[in-house]
Amino acid sequence: MVQMLEQKSRLTVKDRVTKLNESMQGSQAWNSIFRPGSIFRKGYSDSPRNRSYVVMNSVLYHLHPVKVKRHAVKVSYTLCLGGLSFFLFILLTITGIFLMFFYRPTSANAWQDIQSLHTSVTFGLMVRNMHRWGAHLMVLSVFLHMARVFYHGAYKAPREFNWVIGVILLTLTLLLSFTGYLLPWDQLALWAVTVGTNMMGYSPVIGSQVRFVLLGGVEIGPETLLRWYVLHVLLFPFVTVIFLAIHFWRVRKDGGISGPL
Amino acid sequence: MAGIPEHLLKRAQEAREKAAAEAAGATTPAAASSDAGSRISADLLERSKPAGGGVALAEKPGAVVAGTPTNGSIPYGAGPGGHTQRLLTVVKSGSIQDVKAVPVDKVHTWPHLLGVEFVAALACTAFVFVFSWFVNAPLLQAANFNQTPNPSKAPWYFLGLQELLTMFHPMIAGVTIPGMGIIALMFAPYLDRNESNRPEDRKFMTSLMTVHLMFWAVLVIIGSFFRGPGFNFVFPWREGIFFEL
Repeated sequence: MVQMLEQKSRLTVKDRVTKLNESMQGSQAWNSIFRPGSIFRKGYSDSPRNRSYVVMNSVLYHLHPVKVKRHAVKVSYTLCLGGLSFFLFILLTITGIFLMFFYRPTSANAWQDIQSLHTSVTFGLMVRNMHRWGAHLMVLSVFLHMARVFYHGAYKAPREFNWVIGVILLTLTLLLSFTGYLLPWDQLALWAVTVGTNMMGYSPVIGSQVRFVLLGGVEIGPETLLRWYVLHVLLFPFVTVIFLAIHFWRVRKDGGISGPL
Repeated sequence: MAGIPEHLLKRAQEAREKAAAEAAGATTPAAASSDAGSRISADLLERSKPAGGGVALAEKPGAVVAGTPTNGSIPYGAGPGGHTQRLLTVVKSGSIQDVKAVPVDKVHTWPHLLGVEFVAALACTAFVFVFSWFVNAPLLQAANFNQTPNPSKAPWYFLGLQELLTMFHPMIAGVTIPGMGIIALMFAPYLDRNESNRPEDRKFMTSLMTVHLMFWAVLVIIGSFFRGPGFNFVFPWREGIFFEL
């Protein structure tokens, strides 16, 4: 009899986990974090209703509709290029924030900071590599995304304006990459940017003024480094995010991605 | 009556055959339908049986009684099998209503799209990670204003422009051509009035774009690998590569 009672009162690990789970999912904190119908609130089992809830009750609903055209999920059509461009942008933001902790945009410190990032910061070199290669990859993927959209004729009505925003985003990507190019403040950066900005000075009427404002002087100098740093980490990402938001919103408003050929 | 769907015709045919078989078996339809297996309950059938012509109508205004009974049990107007409803006609959607929503073959975003996106993001991260593991980003000597490297090259995506600089005045090569390029690209959807997106209908635009992309790619490749000291033409397999990413 005593044995039976003991057996009854002993809880297995599975029971404890289930109990903990239930008390957590019933708590007010949990319920205020996850919306009614969220899969974190009532568990997930595969059903059409729950598949809808995954998108509907999460922040993903801002990006994706509940259902998409069957052909839109074919990897061979989009090659994921637009999505990967956006993902690389996120990856570059994360690695970039990491790099900002160890970098001062002054001509006296910039190169030294990169040098010590390589030698005395844990994963410093690795993160810098990821930032640089990710940036080149993003230029490439944005460019290929543009080519893919063109060859599919996806810029035609009703998506004309989204194409225009896409071209602006391509330009912004190049500007982001180009402003970042100067920041290591080594010979490669300095002279590549010198060549690039010399070309800018030949714009008619406003060329030399724009160049003066961007460089903070008639030649590249310490002021240029600070200006390009601010452009690279704040202004261009800010503008890019705004145009990305419009770009994604228009994709949905114009009826999802373009149809099959 | 031309547009009756096939399955309805088939069903009517089956019902007619069944009724004929029942009539041949000398079973009255009413008796058959008041079986325990029938879906119409007995009291409803009772109500639908007209007791005495107009009196039945006066007594039970709600009851569905069509008219005078013929020979007792079967209501007037009942079809084969004793059914009191008949299919009058089938109106196909679109003949009266203007159907605007064309059904589209759709799948759920989760898991079909999100799964693909997740795998693509993982693969991309893995690629960048492994590449960064093996290849270091370049860091040359600290910037020195008094020492111009030879050659000085712009970032690779601008090397096509730098290549153009060797052929044209800087104003043409550095401003006019790229500016026109960007503007032409932006206005492409407004200039291309061809509505079709089928490759066979837009051979001209496809070729035009390909020519320009190839032109650009060739310039970038020449600028990257075939330009040496003094930005003079070199063969990379002879003089080496003067290129940093």
